[in-house]
Amino acid sequence: MQLIVNIVVLASIYALIACGYVLIYRVSRVLNLAHGELMMLGGYLLVMTASMFSGNPLAAIAAAVVLSLVVGVLVYVLLMRKMAGEMVLAAVLTTVALGVLLRGLMLLIWSAQQQYPAEALALSNPALILPGGGRISTFAAAIVFANAFAYGALFLFLQFGRWGVRMRAAGQNPLFAAQRGINLHAVYALAWGLSTLTGSIAGMLIALDSGLTSSMSVIGLKAFPVALVGGLDSLLGALLGAGIVAAAEILSIQYIDPLLSDVVPFLVLIVALVVRPWGLFGTREELDRV
Amino acid sequence: MSRNTPRASGYFRTSYAQDFALIQTRFERTALAVFVIALAVFPFLATVFYLDLACQVFLAAVGALSLMLLTGYAGQISLGHAGLIAAGAFTVGILFREFAAPFWLTLPVAAAVGAILGLIFGLPSLRLRGLYLAISTLALYFIVVYVGGEYESTRGFSTGIMVDPPKIGAFALKNARAWYFVLLAAAAATLLICANLLRSRTGRAWRAIRAHEIVAEALGIGVAGYKLSAFVISSAMASVAGALFAYYRGFVSVEAFSLFLSIQYIAMIIIGGMGSLLGALLGALFVTLFPYLIEAVLMKLPNAQSYAGALFAVDYASFGLVMILFLVLEPLGLVGIWRRLQNYFVLWPFKYRPVAGGRK
Repeated sequence: MQLIVNIVVLASIYALIACGYVLIYRVSRVLNLAHGELMMLGGYLLVMTASMFSGNPLAAIAAAVVLSLVVGVLVYVLLMRKMAGEMVLAAVLTTVALGVLLRGLMLLIWSAQQQYPAEALALSNPALILPGGGRISTFAAAIVFANAFAYGALFLFLQFGRWGVRMRAAGQNPLFAAQRGINLHAVYALAWGLSTLTGSIAGMLIALDSGLTSSMSVIGLKAFPVALVGGLDSLLGALLGAGIVAAAEILSIQYIDPLLSDVVPFLVLIVALVVRPWGLFGTREELDRV
Repeated sequence: MSRNTPRASGYFRTSYAQDFALIQTRFERTALAVFVIALAVFPFLATVFYLDLACQVFLAAVGALSLMLLTGYAGQISLGHAGLIAAGAFTVGILFREFAAPFWLTLPVAAAVGAILGLIFGLPSLRLRGLYLAISTLALYFIVVYVGGEYESTRGFSTGIMVDPPKIGAFALKNARAWYFVLLAAAAATLLICANLLRSRTGRAWRAIRAHEIVAEALGIGVAGYKLSAFVISSAMASVAGALFAYYRGFVSVEAFSLFLSIQYIAMIIIGGMGSLLGALLGALFVTLFPYLIEAVLMKLPNAQSYAGALFAVDYASFGLVMILFLVLEPLGLVGIWRRLQNYFVLWPFKYRPVAGGRK
């Protein structure tokens, strides 16, 4: 039972992070390798707002969420916009460099010490007993709910929202989309904003649950195989991929070797690349486009 | 090597042999001679600190040249370069610890291990392109590092493996000056191998594959074979670089082969300039010296001691910033700047580039 709870929590973490990769890739075909750092930045933004609104946890979280959206949009406007029209690979390498820059800045501002925003906000993290005997910490449960909510909201937004339809159109064919009067830069900026937002929420909740160190971006990198296993342009795929990777990781930690935890997602990734490189739900033509 | 501007006034190639020559004009020969003399004299003037810096640059140059072959010429992106370097270093570490193997055995074995790993790293390239290939090499990197870490922890070397300096008879390679010449020779040999590969059939095939795979195939180039050969050769070189690194440092640990090392090697070829061996060398020089430069600048600032703790973070952040600046503002890298400078003087006093073809 506990095993299942662990898998669900880890899968939720991965899924929540992976949907950021999917959003940006689906809209602009850029793979954002700075996503782990952006996620970590979300956690640190919460540390910052926590010291401002120490009596009011909800306000602190809301402020951090808004800030993360702004950060995402700024990343696009200030940096990634310049890479429009360049080779996709140059754009990807730019995100790698952005990740290095962000990590350096975060180390500079918040130092490498472990931070506990939950304490700063005076929030406790009691374990909940689930029916069936599993235990789950409050914030882990929050991650599961946030994940369900994020996917539900994204699905509705992309399916029915005006800007959601625009995003899908821009992803399918940027040229036609632009000719039909869709402002591509606005759409891309929105995708970066939303992607950073969901990633940051994951970062904040992980930080609340288990503290925040500068090694958190590894989780972001581990969530990347999730997006690929499911198919880089499919949200549903990311959800399913998260389940597969999380299950593989937890089970191999449990039954084989705890040290494997950092490698398992990448082993799954290699299997996926060999068997079905475009992912479970990805579009097959993708492969030739990159 | 195609260029749109003449290399010197009044110099025209009239035979294929001239086109293939490594050194083409008298000025180039003189410049090279001066450079070689400077390199030979340097260790007798420099302090140990500068010798160490030079050695690091040479090691980085070997790694950067090998990555340049793969990425800059054959067009196959690898994010797992640190994994191959780690593989070489661990081969030396393990062979030395377990079998007390001498260096003339460990170096070839390291190259062989690198070649085999290169074959494995390269296999996905037959099916995957661009981004997906980069990701598969990233995944393989994690696996190599995991295996290294596993070896360290199961054999009880959790802090790292000590390696004695290589010995020939009674002579042990410990002296910084001796190391300087050994690593210089290694870098020069790598450069020569790369240059020779690139002006032969293999190099032309690689460049064709990079330009357009389908056209290359239509021209009768065995794309699969040449892709794999690029991976194998590049990986073998990277692995030897790792092996030399292990001997030079006398110490092997997974900590030294973080993902950041892969990023640094990619930064070297980007900052240096894609598709140019000179670029790989310049990039290796730049990226290796960069942290020391930052440190020197930071220490010049008033009350320097108070930032000493932040040095690592500043270094990291400014490295990311420089990489971004090069990607956005100067995609051709340092070589691009160098060529522009060259063109300016070659064409002087005229200001215009030759009409045919833009920059390349």
